[in-house]
Amino acid sequence: MIFNAFGLVYTAESNLMLRELTNSRSIAAVPYGGRYRCIDFVLSSLVNSGISNVGLIMQKNYHSIMDHLGSGKEWDLNRKRDGLFILPPFVTKENTGIYKGTVDALHSVMGYVRRSSQKYCILTGSHTIYNTTFNDMLKQHIKSGADITIMYSEEKSFNPDDQFDDLRLTMDASGRVVELEIDPYRPKTNYQSCDVFILEKSLLEYLVEDAYAKSCYDFTRDVLIKKVGTLKIHGYRYDGFVARLNSVGMYFSKSMELLKKEVRDELFNQEHPIYTKVKDEVPAFYGRDAKIVNSFVADGCVINGRVENSILFRGVHIGKDVTLRNCIVMQACEIQDGSELDYVIMDKGVLVKRGRRLSGHNSFPVVLRKGMTV
Amino acid sequence: MMRKKLIAMLLAGGQGSRLGVLTNRMAKPAVPFGGKYRIIDFPLSNCVNSDIDTVGVLTQYEPLELNAYLGTGQPWDLDRLNGGVFVLPPYMSGNNGRWYSGTANAIWQNTAFIDRYNPEHVLILSGDHIYKMNYSTMFRFHLESDADATIAVLKVPMEEASRFGIMNTDASGRIFEFEEKPKAPKSNNASMGIYIFKWDVLKRFLSEDDKNDSSAHDFGKNVIPAMLGAGCNMMAYAFNGYWKDVGTISSLWEANMDLLTDPPKLDLYDKDWRIYSKSAVMPPHYMGANAKIERSMITEGSEVYGSVCHSVVFASGIIEENAVVNDSIIMPGAVIKRGATVNKAIIGEGAVVGEGAEIGCRPNESDPEFEATLTGDITLVSNNVEISDKKRVPRGMIVTGSMVDKLKVKDGMN
Repeated sequence: MIFNAFGLVYTAESNLMLRELTNSRSIAAVPYGGRYRCIDFVLSSLVNSGISNVGLIMQKNYHSIMDHLGSGKEWDLNRKRDGLFILPPFVTKENTGIYKGTVDALHSVMGYVRRSSQKYCILTGSHTIYNTTFNDMLKQHIKSGADITIMYSEEKSFNPDDQFDDLRLTMDASGRVVELEIDPYRPKTNYQSCDVFILEKSLLEYLVEDAYAKSCYDFTRDVLIKKVGTLKIHGYRYDGFVARLNSVGMYFSKSMELLKKEVRDELFNQEHPIYTKVKDEVPAFYGRDAKIVNSFVADGCVINGRVENSILFRGVHIGKDVTLRNCIVMQACEIQDGSELDYVIMDKGVLVKRGRRLSGHNSFPVVLRKGMTV
Repeated sequence: MMRKKLIAMLLAGGQGSRLGVLTNRMAKPAVPFGGKYRIIDFPLSNCVNSDIDTVGVLTQYEPLELNAYLGTGQPWDLDRLNGGVFVLPPYMSGNNGRWYSGTANAIWQNTAFIDRYNPEHVLILSGDHIYKMNYSTMFRFHLESDADATIAVLKVPMEEASRFGIMNTDASGRIFEFEEKPKAPKSNNASMGIYIFKWDVLKRFLSEDDKNDSSAHDFGKNVIPAMLGAGCNMMAYAFNGYWKDVGTISSLWEANMDLLTDPPKLDLYDKDWRIYSKSAVMPPHYMGANAKIERSMITEGSEVYGSVCHSVVFASGIIEENAVVNDSIIMPGAVIKRGATVNKAIIGEGAVVGEGAEIGCRPNESDPEFEATLTGDITLVSNNVEISDKKRVPRGMIVTGSMVDKLKVKDGMN
């Protein structure tokens, strides 16, 4: 267990490629995996590592993430000593509340960082999904004597359309990073950052204050990439399942991978489970005419129609004679009798009335925005 | 401390011996029900939904599971500053210590707890009934009729009335006579074991009852008749809704099946009357490419690759390819392996049914002898028992660890 580190999660990423899914919420609050939000994965990984001090840097649209987290009880982060710290922006004489970049955001939460008593900081983003513990990574960080350790995974496929803050690592034989590139036109390596960095708190303070003093605002572009020669940066290889929710296409394909047993077993490893807000839903109910194939279904669903290759979040109602294929249906959607839907992502609370037909394609799933009626 | 109007005392000490091996290691109220609940979730959720924020849970038999389950009471919103949920086991005091010798004695021994909240009224509940009830409506009735005691009653079929405590009332609902399991019942108002008492009145009667050595210290047998005899104002509060005593294997099975009718006899989907429970931290359930399912309830953490019909599958239940489950209850973490058949059975927590095994099959001469008085035609596999491949378990058998080795292999198999 890690007792000498705190977690700092940056949830202010904005990514237009997620289209309607981030209209009214930050990426951290995007629902994923039938009953979770994106943030649950990084939070659970931190908590399961033994970390009990976590700060969340908020920027805009953070209503839904605050609503989700509450006091942090579900993640066991409602503590007297440390716990969950929500760090929203605030207006000062040098800051309008809109961060110019990650350095700006980190600078504004330096008060929290200074008060944290732990030696190490685990700095993460919030749009990457994985289930791990950081114990081995911290061990490697200490043993290698690195200034900064970056968690990466090997990604063999590359699609420029899904590129979003794509940080690539080139390493020498010792694992030291010799070059970093962000959003490269032609990546030199398959080693892509998972948006997890371990460094000492004192180094973080220095790097942020130094960059801020020089009017540099982006931690990756202005600090890591520029200092790759002077700082000792190491890579830590992660071989588990990783989903970067960079675009609707990625969101769709990485959701559908949950239909594979090996992916589910890994992402929902019961030895370090993923925690989320409890909703007290009833178990799912299947009616007399239900037909369901290869699907992932949360509690509270009532299914009377046909469902194939789909993911149903909590409290979804599927009417009679409905055919649903290759769909992601978020919380509390209702699909009325006789509708046919194929390759559709339905955000929370969508109502599809009787007999409607909608069809997208694997390469372009239809997205219905939150609360819409079809 | 602020005085409470009404607090609840939940009798959860019962061993539930008629539930057989299901209650070997846990008290009856901790027995799983309805896919993700335990029996005690129903009275506890009713309390919270009725704005009762102080609940004493009286435990005695195998309390570990129940204690661990209740914790701080947070899942039911019962972690309160003033009030909350309290587990009340029997205790030593000075040189004396007594087990709870009856329902009334259990309350009497916790007088100090009740007095701490100094309530005007006390609601007595039992932890082995499945129902949704608004106690605040009953409480209003109790206050309006200025009763010393109000007893919730349910109309039962006349032919079954002799199994219950029967309240005979006048037109206004005033009870003039109580008969415990009468041979010739005069009415069909059965007591549901739910009482509201004025605390000062009840305390007086409990004190007298405690001094009476010939008393069984039971509410139904002793306290209620004594109060009637003393001319207390006692009212019957008519409840009409779903209510089931799940004290036996067959009633437990039936109550689960009542969730699967269309519409369900017991509606759990009411957003204004949610049943709360401590949720397992589990991903959604997965239905495989060849899964077949109808009229069933499945919960998080389960995986279904075979066929499930008219059944309830609890958290982390696994039904493998070509396995067939009909009219059954699969408790948390149970595994039904490839090609196994389960008919009208209760498969206990963590039990494993081996490949091609047959549970609940027609008995034949080669089967070991067994007693089916507890179960009738329902087959019961105990918690954590492993049934090896191709074994047959005849209808009505209770399979415990010691029984496993005696099971026969299916016909035509070696």
